[in-house]
Amino acid sequence: MLGAGAAEPVSLPKYAVRRLLLGLAQIVAVATLVFALTEALPGDAAVVLAGDVPDPERIERIRQELGLDRPAPVRYADWLLGLLRGDLGSSLTAGRPVAGFLAEAGGPTVQLAAITLLLLVPLAVAVGVVAAIREGRLLDRALTSAGIGLYSVPEFALAVVLVALFGIRLGWFPPTAVGVGPNLLAQPAVLVLPLLVLLARPICSISRLVRAGMIDALRSDYVRHAHRLGLSTRRVRLAHALPNAVAPAVQQLARTTDWLLSGVITVEAVFVVPGLGTALVSAVSARDIPVIQGLALVFAATTVAVNLVADLVAFRLAPRAGGAA
Amino acid sequence: MRSLNRRAFLGTTAGLSAALLAGCGAGPATGTAAAGRPRGGGRLRVAFAGGGAQETLDPHLSNLFVEASRSKALFDKLADYGPDLSVQPRLAERWESDAALTTWRVTLRQAAFHDGRPVRAADVLYSYARIGDPARAFRARTTLAVIDLARSRAVDDRTVEFALRQPFAEFPNVLAAFGVFIVPEGAEDFTRPVGSGPFVFGSFEPGRSLLLRRNADYWEGAPHVDELQYLIANEESARVNALLGGQVDYAHDITATTARAYRGNDRLAVTRLTNSGMQAFAMKLDRPPFDDRDLREAMFLLADREQLVDTVLGGAGQPGNDLFGRGYQYYAEEIPQRARDLDRAEWLVRKAGAKGLRIRLDTSAAAGGFVESASVFADQMRQAGLDVRVAVGDKDTYWKDVLDRGSLCCFRSGAMPIESHFSQRLLSTSTTNITKWKRPEFDALYTRAVSLADEKARREVYAEMQRMQHAEGGYLVWGFADWLVATAPGVGGVVDAPANTLDWARFDKVWLA
Repeated sequence: MLGAGAAEPVSLPKYAVRRLLLGLAQIVAVATLVFALTEALPGDAAVVLAGDVPDPERIERIRQELGLDRPAPVRYADWLLGLLRGDLGSSLTAGRPVAGFLAEAGGPTVQLAAITLLLLVPLAVAVGVVAAIREGRLLDRALTSAGIGLYSVPEFALAVVLVALFGIRLGWFPPTAVGVGPNLLAQPAVLVLPLLVLLARPICSISRLVRAGMIDALRSDYVRHAHRLGLSTRRVRLAHALPNAVAPAVQQLARTTDWLLSGVITVEAVFVVPGLGTALVSAVSARDIPVIQGLALVFAATTVAVNLVADLVAFRLAPRAGGAA
Repeated sequence: MRSLNRRAFLGTTAGLSAALLAGCGAGPATGTAAAGRPRGGGRLRVAFAGGGAQETLDPHLSNLFVEASRSKALFDKLADYGPDLSVQPRLAERWESDAALTTWRVTLRQAAFHDGRPVRAADVLYSYARIGDPARAFRARTTLAVIDLARSRAVDDRTVEFALRQPFAEFPNVLAAFGVFIVPEGAEDFTRPVGSGPFVFGSFEPGRSLLLRRNADYWEGAPHVDELQYLIANEESARVNALLGGQVDYAHDITATTARAYRGNDRLAVTRLTNSGMQAFAMKLDRPPFDDRDLREAMFLLADREQLVDTVLGGAGQPGNDLFGRGYQYYAEEIPQRARDLDRAEWLVRKAGAKGLRIRLDTSAAAGGFVESASVFADQMRQAGLDVRVAVGDKDTYWKDVLDRGSLCCFRSGAMPIESHFSQRLLSTSTTNITKWKRPEFDALYTRAVSLADEKARREVYAEMQRMQHAEGGYLVWGFADWLVATAPGVGGVVDAPANTLDWARFDKVWLA
């Protein structure tokens, strides 16, 4: 693909359709794999429900109640047929429709992820550009050291320290989201510490890429040429250097979104946010396959969509790099 | 799969968080002691670990601690357990049996459901029939199996006559058993539950929050607080943080590490619920190597119980004596406490031909402290010449996995009457007999005990059964854990009662100063 791009340029719509079809295939593959893996986990929902009273006769009865006595391929085919009709099935243990679960748990997670991304892009670009312009000077060195330091702190450790310091010792922000309810925006203060945790590492990695891209661009021939033409420094930097500098960062941003999904699981656990991460953890514990499947679909579809958009944006920004994904 | 490690890493960070905070704020402990006399009003917010969106308000399905506590806020049982696991009347005002102990007449007190309907004998019979439905899988079904419901009847609205399948002197234990709540006749939908308990349903978001209001007409007197809110925080560190941050007033189940870190801190008071959990290692008697009585005795003697209590329970507990039910009614206090005797243990290991024998010790994160206890105990076993491999299994399916597989595993039990421990785990017919203790003479003693109306005579038979267990049983009971709950300053009325008993996680008697 990479070589082909140079010889025979691929049009954007054609590229988009090809990637979309590939994405759908990936989503179905993920759902199948997740089903197989969950089946391979020891025990099933009936065993988990029986808990510390694992009376074998009772486990068998629970299995019958939940329909787990049917063979796995039959249950998978059922689920797939339902999916074609737009029906995600019902939770094994709670009996409620999976779509309801996803809608309820999706709210807080989408809020967290969306606000993270909204803040991440301008902040990371600004830090990267400033560091590039000040390359080698004190500010650049300070930003670089702070970035590397912060990048090496795992999310949960950062979360624990932030909670202990700002949540409890100083009491500036609520230490958890306990009792806030599904709409976190109702009490914006609870978002502060989780957002800091989610932003810390991606800001570091993306601003490093922006910085590197920007430094390359500022040294390139076309920027020098633009300067010779008498364009203002500001215009050269923002209109000419920056678009080329952020192309690699856009793809890093897409990877960050994938990472956000797992970062959110940690953050949700520490701050007690009842979102998709929390739902996934309890569904896996309960071996609640329909709920796990529904969540896997959501995660896979998000990942595929974000990467697709990122590739398309990168393709537009710098067509030569586009086909590489 | 990072999610599966979540509990482990948060467990370690809890200590870090506590250490960071230790030292901030000093002064005398307040909390329960300083909360003074009961006061009315306010919203009490309590934090528990939960079961995610899978949680239910159907009291017959309750399984988790939060579900058990919610059930007792919304519903009542006919009877419940006191601090020593003896049975206290609740919706039942009194009970009496015939001489044969096969017919029991229960008189109900005057009480009403939240919608104003009186609690009647028909509601009791309906509730028991629902739990006992052979087509369903309610946890308490086997407990109620002794009742012949077809022959039981409502004598009048406030009198139920239970016909039993066999003589059973401990029938009140059944009325008090886990999950045997009384629901209105015909109740099947529990999205807006109607019970007779001290709190009335308000709103419910599974896995997040349950809001209840005070039942002003509760038969035992209205609760002190106006509202009770259950909030879910699965991690212990999150429950403690929420308490310190003023987001909740009560945090259920905190660790000894946290309790130590905040000792003397005025932001958090700790109540110990003594004798809440039995901690044990279960040896299977029907297979090598523990079919050898000498080796079992060696195990009893090589165990350093103090070390286990100090390290695994953080000192929050007492050493066990290989018997269930310390502090409970009928516990055989007179049997001398076993002490460590490594020399004799080593000698017994050699006698059993087990020197250097490879033994697998099954454990998992199914209960707090399991993995730690396995590693500490493996070292103790090695000191007596045994070769041990600790196998950490899946926490979610652990109980089923170890019921029939392996030969040695970590075990724990919440509070229940000693009779229930016998019938559920130690009879040839018990469905969860993890030690595979199957002795016709023990079964016969049980049958005899429960057919004796005289409490003193029954006590003697129970003592005999405990002597058998102590001498050659499969439970190496090394300790009894205190459970710890934390409260914010100004919360009063939280009492020391073992988990699963009436006063545990009971909030109608709690107040906010």
